[in-house]
Amino acid sequence: MAAAPESPPPPGEEDGRRRKRHGMLKLYYGLQVNAESGNKGPAATTDPCDINGAHFKPEVYLQRLMQEKSLNELMDKERDMVRQIRSLDSDMQTLVYENYNKFISATDTIRKMKNDFKKMEDEMDRLATNMESITEFSARISGTLQDRRQQITKLSGVHMLLKKLQFLFELPARLKKCIEMQAYGQAVRYYTKARTVLDQYQHMPSFHGIREDCSVIVAELCVKLREQFKNKESDAHQLAECVDLLLQLKEPADELCDEFLLHARHKVDEDLEMLRLQLQMLEAGQVPSPGDPGDGDKPHPMDVLEFTDTGCNVFLSDMCLVIASYKDLFINRPGTGVQEQAHLEKVANQKLEVFVNSLMGQYFSYVEQRVQLEKESSDNTLLVRALDRFHRRLQAVEKLLPETESTSSATHIVAKMAHDRVIHYSEALRRHFADCLTDVRQSLAASRSLSKQEGSNLGDLLQTTATSILDQLKTVLSDLRAFIESDITFAMQPYFREPFCVQDVREGLVVGFLKHMFTTCSEFCEGSGDKSSAPPPLILLLSRLCLDYDMTTISYLISLTDEQFLVEDKSAVTPLSELCNLAKDTAQKLLDHYVKVQGLTISQMLRKSVETRDWLNTIEPRNVRAVMKRVVEDVTAIDSQVGLLYEEGLRKAHSSDSSKRTFPYSSSRQNQRSQWSSYAPSSNMDTSLMSNIQKLFSERIEIFSAVDFSKVSVLTGIIKISLKTFLECVRLRTFARFGLQQIQVDCHYLQMYLWRFVSDENLVHTLLDEIVGSAIHRCLDPVTMEPSVIEVICDRG
Amino acid sequence: MDDDAPVIYGLEFQARALTPQVAETDAIRFLVGTQSLKFENQIHQIDFDDENNILNKNVFLHQPGEVWHVSASPADKAVLTTVYNKTSEQKAEMCGAVWRIPSEFDASANDAQDDASASAQALELLCHLDDGNHSNMVSTVWEPAGDGKKLISLTENNILMWDLDVSSSQAKLSSSATLEGKGNPKFTAGRWNPHHNCTQMATANDTTIRGWDVRTMQQVYCIDNAHGQLVRELDFNPNKQYYLVSCGDDCNVKFWDVRNSTEPVLTLSEHSHWVWSVRYNHFHDQLVLTSSSDSRVILHNMVSISSEPFGHLIDEDDDSEEDEENKKEKPREPEKDGVIGTYEEHEDSVYAAEWSTADPWLFASLSYDGRLVINRVPKAVKYKILL
Repeated sequence: MAAAPESPPPPGEEDGRRRKRHGMLKLYYGLQVNAESGNKGPAATTDPCDINGAHFKPEVYLQRLMQEKSLNELMDKERDMVRQIRSLDSDMQTLVYENYNKFISATDTIRKMKNDFKKMEDEMDRLATNMESITEFSARISGTLQDRRQQITKLSGVHMLLKKLQFLFELPARLKKCIEMQAYGQAVRYYTKARTVLDQYQHMPSFHGIREDCSVIVAELCVKLREQFKNKESDAHQLAECVDLLLQLKEPADELCDEFLLHARHKVDEDLEMLRLQLQMLEAGQVPSPGDPGDGDKPHPMDVLEFTDTGCNVFLSDMCLVIASYKDLFINRPGTGVQEQAHLEKVANQKLEVFVNSLMGQYFSYVEQRVQLEKESSDNTLLVRALDRFHRRLQAVEKLLPETESTSSATHIVAKMAHDRVIHYSEALRRHFADCLTDVRQSLAASRSLSKQEGSNLGDLLQTTATSILDQLKTVLSDLRAFIESDITFAMQPYFREPFCVQDVREGLVVGFLKHMFTTCSEFCEGSGDKSSAPPPLILLLSRLCLDYDMTTISYLISLTDEQFLVEDKSAVTPLSELCNLAKDTAQKLLDHYVKVQGLTISQMLRKSVETRDWLNTIEPRNVRAVMKRVVEDVTAIDSQVGLLYEEGLRKAHSSDSSKRTFPYSSSRQNQRSQWSSYAPSSNMDTSLMSNIQKLFSERIEIFSAVDFSKVSVLTGIIKISLKTFLECVRLRTFARFGLQQIQVDCHYLQMYLWRFVSDENLVHTLLDEIVGSAIHRCLDPVTMEPSVIEVICDRG
Repeated sequence: MDDDAPVIYGLEFQARALTPQVAETDAIRFLVGTQSLKFENQIHQIDFDDENNILNKNVFLHQPGEVWHVSASPADKAVLTTVYNKTSEQKAEMCGAVWRIPSEFDASANDAQDDASASAQALELLCHLDDGNHSNMVSTVWEPAGDGKKLISLTENNILMWDLDVSSSQAKLSSSATLEGKGNPKFTAGRWNPHHNCTQMATANDTTIRGWDVRTMQQVYCIDNAHGQLVRELDFNPNKQYYLVSCGDDCNVKFWDVRNSTEPVLTLSEHSHWVWSVRYNHFHDQLVLTSSSDSRVILHNMVSISSEPFGHLIDEDDDSEEDEENKKEKPREPEKDGVIGTYEEHEDSVYAAEWSTADPWLFASLSYDGRLVINRVPKAVKYKILL
């Protein structure tokens, strides 16, 4: 009401008026005056001279005006104020008028409304009475209709009942007809409908009769269904229908399961039987002949791929069919009660599991047996393909029935087979190695019997042997590669792949073979002394072979294996260095043994020659004894033999005169020796002193010590052993003058020829001097021969 | 002075023959026979004064020839046998004889020392071990722990058993056995088994070891190919009656159980040349001494096959508290076989090494150049065995 329509205020003076009006309104409402004025600033609120302000004090204002303004101005002001007062008055009048008008119109409206409501009340009263009468009428109508309706309901009930009864009475006939028409489904549907009623009213004779009839018919139906069920000819769909119907007829489900499985079993057993026959045939020794498959009805032995193929195609597909239909029938049945269904499912699942497991077990055992027969087969790829197919096909069964652990047992079979193959291959490798050794022996024996220079082909022989072994290994590795080809399903399974690559191939096959090889080689050293049957060239050859393995072949083989079989985890495998060390040790052992054997052969000759001779009664030496010539010959032969396989090796610097054979060096020695012999008769003390002093300056000679892998070292070892034996034998004998001289001649001869073979010719000189020295000691009449004579004799010899 | 330092004695001549004076149980005494074809040979009686670490020697002349083997009577200190080489221009013959060390020597042992070499007394010949029928003698062995009345000599192919009379002045051949076989086999060594009432002995020829019953002079066992090459020496375990050790030219030392002789019980190959002698310690049979022509003497500890494989059993009461605590902390580990020491004092082949019969911790070795070295078992080993 306060917001009366307002003409747009004239700018300037209108502003003040309006504010005042507002101020008054605000005063009236007691609202926000302070807040409003607060906004206007302190001057507007507290100034007592503000005519529009709330604190306006007329006396103060007047006083100020009087004081500040001139008369004219006062006059103007007065005039102005009068004008303002006047306009305010008219404004007030307008407002009051407006308000009054509005009151009037409002009063009119209210009065009008009062009238209208009175009219409406009358109308409502009338409606109420009408409704009352309507209600009354309808009650009367329903009252009259009541009886009729009840009758109708009853009649329709009776009708229904009669219909049902008729159905019941007709049921046996219908069922019969259905069965005749082989509409078993229809029959079952009818029967299931009626069954509850019949069960309920069986105490009434008529119903009882019907029930009996029905039961007989249904029993007949059951029999028929079961017949069909058992019929081998009936296909899966028919079977499924039968089972469904039988289940609806409340036949016990587990019995049906059993029966179904039993039925399925016949079929699957046939497949298994066929596999078994195959196995029998193979075990009976029939050779698979894939070439003539069309040989009438007579089953022919199949190869392994065909076998697994057949197994997969026939057995596994039947199996899948059985599982699938079984599941459809018993497990994934729609409709039936939840609890019942759950129970059925549980029982059915159990039965299925038992069934599948037993059959799969049988199947696996056949496959395993079959595959085992292939353990030593030569056709690896065929086997791998067969295994792969076997493994791959099982995935289908696994998918159908994840509860069975068919894949894992399949992988187990595959892994076992792979393992067996690896063992087979390592055996083959070992055999091959043994064959190689035999070959080497034979060719060594042959070359020896054919010609004296046995060594000429030793290098070639080594080459052939090494290549043959390596090739065989490579072939085996590439064969085994087939197991982890990328298109083989089981190859990618980590639990197959890792043990196979690391444990079987790398450790079992490669490392195992290498170790076997070294052990076999080492065994050649075990034979005691000269009784060992291995010919020395063989030992030498094996030593070189092992050394080659140490230096190159092992690292090549291992890296090849690691690469081909993707062996990454090196923590659990035999490290390369261990194998290399083993190889080196074996090589060293073999070479030492070679030195020992050859040294002993020569020792034996020397010993016999010293022991069997009567040194007291020999004639003056005219010749070098034949045995010395034989020794030099043998050493030369050994030298050429070793030279074929081992490098020359380091020699100590030759004394400058060694090229001139022996003369200057040995003459100085001879001088010394003659000094010796001049000492010898005079004082024994001096000789022993001499030899002791000499020994002080020479290093201790290790006789049976390890040798280096070089020709010179090997020969040095052999010569050392021989000469030491010579020395010890001389010390056990007693010589007459000519005996001593013979020894002198022999030693000189040896000195002439042996220095060239050894790393340090001083060694030969020292040992030979010691021999002569010992002979002088052991001589009854120590008169040495003139060096010049010795030389003449030796040169002549 | 360091107790473990070796004591070295030099002979003027070359020598192969060494034996402890078996009947002497107080003084450490060894007999060494020299080999010289030109000079008069000697038997050196070496006395070792353990406390002062001094060697005393007595030299006796052995006139008939160079000594190849010497062995002392187990009953009479003064009696010994030698095998010597009797040489003439035309032939050299190996003979055996029983000798007595001159008796007056014992009284003036220490005084006579200085001029011993100058005016050495000759050994007193008791009798020759020769009945004229047998070839070169190889060695002689006395009946172990016997009364000095029985001895066996080995010739190249015979075993001869001699009975000596009371004064040892006569030797009577009581029984003999002949080694037969193709290739004219020759004995290289023989030892009398101290067990079984001294009724057995073992001999070596070529690579074979044979056992004999000395009552019947029949061969009782035979280990063929005991070594790859010649068997040089044998010894019986003094504490285990079926154990025997052999050594030979294949550088190996092999331990045998004669009840099952197809394989050696253990094989040692520490030497780098022929092993010439092997000896069990008389008391502690885990200590085995070998010498070889690689100029080394090696003392082995063969605890695992000794009569005390678990060490000496300890009496707990004897140990102080501290020791017991120590023992609880680290239980005694079974000892391992191994080399106790390698003795390299020799410059030439060592043909003989012998334990002293008086001091079980002491042994002598003799190299061809006439150097006799006396060594002791290291104290640590000794205490380990004793405690």
